[in-house]
Amino acid sequence: MRFAVSLLTVLGVASIIGTVLKQNEPYANYIIQFGQFWFELFNLLGLYDVYHALWFLLILLFLVISTSLCIYRNSPQMLRDLRNYRENATSVSLRSFSHQASYTTTASAEALRAQLLQFLTLRGFRYRIQPRDGGELIAAKAGSYQRLGYIFTHAAIVVICVGGLMDGNLPFKVQEMLGHKKIETLDVPASQVPPESRMGVGNLSFRANMTLPEGSSADVAFLRVKDGYLVQELPFRIALKDFRIEHYATGQPKSFESDLVITDPDLKEPLTRTISVNKPLIYKGIAIYQSDFQDGGTGLDFDMWDILGAGNRSLPLKGTIFDEVKLGDAEDNLTIEFNDFRLFNILNLSADGKGKSHNVGANVTFKVRDTQGQAREYVNYMQPLRLNGRAYFVSGMRNTQREEFKYLRLPVDEDMSLQSFMRLRSVMFDQAQHAEIAARLSRVAMPGDASDADLKAKFESSIQQLLLAFSRGGYTKIAEAIEQAVPEAERDNAAQTYLKIVNGAAFEAYNLSRERAGLPAAAGDEETQLFLQDAMNAMSDLFFYGSPFYLQLQQFQQREASGLQLTRSPGKALVYTGSLLLVLGIFAMIYIRERRIWLLVKANEATGEQQLLFTMSSNRKNRDLDLEFAQYQQQLQQQLTS
Amino acid sequence: MNTLSYELPQPLLKRLNWLDWLYALLLNLGAVYAFMHYSQFMDAYEIGFLFGAGLLFTWLGWWWKPMRALVIGVGVLSLAAIALYDGDAARAGQSFFLKYLIASQSAVMWMNVLFVLAMLTYWLGLFSRSEFTAKVASSLTWAAVLMGYIGLMVRWYESYLIAPDVGHIPVSNLYEVFILFCLITALMYLYYEQRYQTRQLGGFVLVVVNAAVGFILWYTFDRGAHEIQPLVPALQSYWMKIHVPANFIGYGAFSLAAMVGSAYLLANRGILASRLPALSILDDVMYKAIAIGFAFFTIATILGALWAAEAWGGYWSWDPKETWALIVWLNYAAWLHLRLVKGLRGPVLAWWAVVGLLVTTFAFLGVNMFLSGLHSYGEL
Repeated sequence: MRFAVSLLTVLGVASIIGTVLKQNEPYANYIIQFGQFWFELFNLLGLYDVYHALWFLLILLFLVISTSLCIYRNSPQMLRDLRNYRENATSVSLRSFSHQASYTTTASAEALRAQLLQFLTLRGFRYRIQPRDGGELIAAKAGSYQRLGYIFTHAAIVVICVGGLMDGNLPFKVQEMLGHKKIETLDVPASQVPPESRMGVGNLSFRANMTLPEGSSADVAFLRVKDGYLVQELPFRIALKDFRIEHYATGQPKSFESDLVITDPDLKEPLTRTISVNKPLIYKGIAIYQSDFQDGGTGLDFDMWDILGAGNRSLPLKGTIFDEVKLGDAEDNLTIEFNDFRLFNILNLSADGKGKSHNVGANVTFKVRDTQGQAREYVNYMQPLRLNGRAYFVSGMRNTQREEFKYLRLPVDEDMSLQSFMRLRSVMFDQAQHAEIAARLSRVAMPGDASDADLKAKFESSIQQLLLAFSRGGYTKIAEAIEQAVPEAERDNAAQTYLKIVNGAAFEAYNLSRERAGLPAAAGDEETQLFLQDAMNAMSDLFFYGSPFYLQLQQFQQREASGLQLTRSPGKALVYTGSLLLVLGIFAMIYIRERRIWLLVKANEATGEQQLLFTMSSNRKNRDLDLEFAQYQQQLQQQLTS
Repeated sequence: MNTLSYELPQPLLKRLNWLDWLYALLLNLGAVYAFMHYSQFMDAYEIGFLFGAGLLFTWLGWWWKPMRALVIGVGVLSLAAIALYDGDAARAGQSFFLKYLIASQSAVMWMNVLFVLAMLTYWLGLFSRSEFTAKVASSLTWAAVLMGYIGLMVRWYESYLIAPDVGHIPVSNLYEVFILFCLITALMYLYYEQRYQTRQLGGFVLVVVNAAVGFILWYTFDRGAHEIQPLVPALQSYWMKIHVPANFIGYGAFSLAAMVGSAYLLANRGILASRLPALSILDDVMYKAIAIGFAFFTIATILGALWAAEAWGGYWSWDPKETWALIVWLNYAAWLHLRLVKGLRGPVLAWWAVVGLLVTTFAFLGVNMFLSGLHSYGEL
């Protein structure tokens, strides 16, 4: 008993660990989180999948055995108690009860007996009568089925645990230990997975996953085990015709549905069914659930913008989710890996976070990997997002999975396009244009004829220097230049002057870029100023973007994939039976109160009166017993004196 | 001989008077009316629940008479609110009664205020030893429960006013279940108050209810949680209608037991001992609350497993919420085991009941706040 309680405590603690430590993550995440040493130790203890660790299962098994033994040992006694009236209780022991009362009555022995038996029957007590010392003992009991409560609850625990163990992966664990089975850790097509990593159609219980892109089919599913997987073969083939997400008016998902077609040699015609969350399909004892969804290989059309060079044209680029595209030549190439496409994105873009969330349209997630294998992750939104009242194309970038995305905001022009920004950028970053920009700015800033050509040339040259610095590193480079050239006390002033000049130059560059594109010059109004400010910030941020190009998503051909879960759990029936037993047992244990009454009747030969001893007991000493005893005591008193 | 028989506990059916029968008739005719008009919108389970609810509340009203008045009161006022709405959500701001009394937001606010007042009054009654003050506190608690249930019922209707496909029973997120928690805990307390003829525990129990009220207020004003949100696909199931309430009977009962346990501990040290009921009564209430809580928590967990088998593909996934439910279950199983089998009594059990509330609170709230898993419906 004490041992069983300690084991239960260990199970409790292990379960808590299992909730705090995220289970079944890729092992790489754990290594990053804990470091190599702790990773190995925790791995040894099986903490990444506590609930399927061998020691956890062994404790469970031991609990099952110990509870079974407990039932085996105690049930016969309990059942005897259930039937037993304890009519052999001695008069002496009855007199030592805490709940007892004595009465004397002049009624005849027969009349008294009839009275007492009716008293008991009306209160639901059953009785036995035994002659005792010239008188008799009436032994009665009620609520004996409480005892069944103990048996039911304990049996329920055993039944539930056995059902649970049946649905666990114990058979695989045994086969793994014997060397028959092995976890596959390589990312290879299912058909190439060797037999020792495949579970046959006969596998009694499993919980496997399958991702089906629209229009494809499969007859195997995958079991995730530790840092690898096993292939589970299915007795039929499932094809996904269509996957649908419906949305509420607010944009939140309302339903996920998959149209499945099941083909099986045992079927004359393929079986067509639609499943959705909460509405699985059960076929051949295997339940097929809608569990999640993902992209199934959406086709993507991008405009690829060079963002550091001098050009201002975009190139078309095609991609597919889960595919990659190589750019550049062999030595210095970049690989774009397209990871995910999401049609709906519900975001809250209000500045204080209190506004309403709404759908901001599609986005695409991809990685850009260099020849050293270093990759940065990007997420690009297809539509401009409105932030603080202004619209931007937004692209998030992060160096590792653990970082938050940092966002680049590219301002749009009045046509909601990137053209204006890209034209401006190409002029600003093109060294060959800097002289022209400087000349234009100096014409505006120092009007009048060339009275002081020398000063003007100096001014132009410093503009060019600033532009050069900006085109090589944005504001950061200018700040560096100030730090190098200007004494500390004058830096603030210098910075303001420089900013003014750069901004002035940007305006000239903007008009220059418009002129080249055959557009009229922009007015120096507030709108233009705001656009230029955004554009300058964006250009400055480009140097931290980590990629020499920006991908603007223009079109997509969505293809979704449905995530199915397939389970076979023969233990389910046992678990449910156990649950029913458990509920019955608990109610019996708590709400059926076992009580016993003994009525010892003896004639007093001297007076001819009958003497009655009333005693009561319960296997649970509590207030209910006290109250009931007091009530019966009083009622008996009334009855005997009436 | 016959003098005795009328003192015997009569079977429930024989103790009923014409009011009981009228009540039963009204309730079940209501169910029939709903069936006749709306059965095309219900599946077989929901029709079962409809008539099941009619029978359940009939039985509850018979077994504990004050329930009758509550059920009728909630019914009449909720129907009045529906009539005032007349299918137009904008009426919430126009109709006087809706705006200030029985629109769901207003009703919930009334509930909050009444619970605070009730707690203060209970404490005042306890310190001044005034039976009258304690009676006022009971009435305030009843009024709070009435308003709270109206709030939930009207909220249910309001969800359908947003859009027919948004409509759902208001037990789907933290805000809604916190209201449910307040109501169930208070109602269970009121039952024991009548059963044990003692109003001295109200101040204690309402502390935990008012903690929940504080949370509701914070959640409403800081997070705007009172906005009705549509159901995510996983929650669109008839199971929710029974799994969640059963769970909250458990949580409510455990909280009640913890507060009675704390009263026990105080009285055991002589603090307020002269004002509180006898230790044996405190002990008994604590046991009864944990027993009923345990029974319902077991049922709720099993219902959850049945639902999980349908929604997630397995009856047990070791999801953090499930695991913590198991820990809570084991905790109270051990409590009951020690009491029933080993006969343990006294302050140890009271301490344990108080600590049990911490475990329960973590399972209820902490899991949503700190751990992620399948049960991520109510995030803070």
